[in-house]
Amino acid sequence: MPHIPLPDGVPGIRSLVMYRPDTGQHLYALAQALLRAGSPDSTLTSAERELIAAFVSKQNQTDFCMKSHAAASRHLYADQRDLVDQTLADTETAPISAKLKALLAIADHVQADARTVSDELVAAAREEGATDGDIHDTVLIAASFCMYNRYVDGLATLTPTDPAAYEAMGERMGTVGYQLPAPQASPATHLS
Amino acid sequence: MPHIELPAGLPGIRGPMAFSPETARPLNDLVNVLLRANAHRPESGLSEGERELIATYVSSLNDCFFCQTIHGAVASQHLGDDDWSLVKSVKGDYQRAAISPKMKALLTIAGSVQQGGKSVSPAQVEAARAEGATDHDVHDTVLIAAAFCMFNRYVDGLATWAPQDPTLYRYRAQKVAEYGYTHEDHYMPTTDSPT
Repeated sequence: MPHIPLPDGVPGIRSLVMYRPDTGQHLYALAQALLRAGSPDSTLTSAERELIAAFVSKQNQTDFCMKSHAAASRHLYADQRDLVDQTLADTETAPISAKLKALLAIADHVQADARTVSDELVAAAREEGATDGDIHDTVLIAASFCMYNRYVDGLATLTPTDPAAYEAMGERMGTVGYQLPAPQASPATHLS
Repeated sequence: MPHIELPAGLPGIRGPMAFSPETARPLNDLVNVLLRANAHRPESGLSEGERELIATYVSSLNDCFFCQTIHGAVASQHLGDDDWSLVKSVKGDYQRAAISPKMKALLTIAGSVQQGGKSVSPAQVEAARAEGATDHDVHDTVLIAAAFCMFNRYVDGLATWAPQDPTLYRYRAQKVAEYGYTHEDHYMPTTDSPT
């Protein structure tokens, strides 16, 4: 049960941004800027950005964020969707680019202890073609999911167990992106 | 040296914020709501100084020099802690610091969030409520602690530069306390000696 009175039956971060749109609007604006737009010189696709988010959420053991961002990544990867679960199971053997593997290694260090992101890790990513924007965006995606994950778990939000619930979320995230849901006070607009 | 090419001379988070104004905007909007505007909502039981103390405490647990120094300086500015002794005592052992029992209970929650969100227990939330914390306070404490687990990683993960001179932090803290957070560069003295 959540630690504070959140909207009934609404899962994860969605319940938190509906409860507190004052902070929620900026949290969603950040997700939209990072997981969709990205830095001007960045080569990362939205699918890859969602995969980094899912990977960091897995390291933080936050099921809700891991499953919903994995679903968004699968939706965006379309016919390559299988590589998402392969990456989450084992980044080394997954059929992803060497550049993405090097960036996931940086994300892993940001999650565990950001002070351990070394010159060598960054040089390895550059060697595989990562730009300054790729490195910046990877560090901030990883850092921001260390926030989102703690926010979702720290208030003990609802985590659905039905995989179909996540596929629907993934499709919405993959198509409309991050937009603040309608406030809870108007049940007529509360369709999701 | 920073891991990516950042504008020279901007300390801490301000380098990456100048590099990426598109993300700097929501990040600054978030701290301005969380650390400043929300303190003045009727349902809030946390002052701006207390919110900054939570940010400082979490940044010290994450051992982020820049964040704990600047937010410590802003907390001290709000709380009239001229010699920074109160902030120092909160970072050292908050249970013995001269702060309210409610703040101690909320700092315990913040410390759990820093470890991992699942570490926050119903008993910790109960203890904070028993000392007068509202739902609003519990929510804001968890989000401030979570947000600084992001800011600290952003600052350290890119190996940004942090000045050592406390005078610079005091100077900026006065501006922040008065005008709020911004990624634009009109707070920092451009010479070595701030006046």
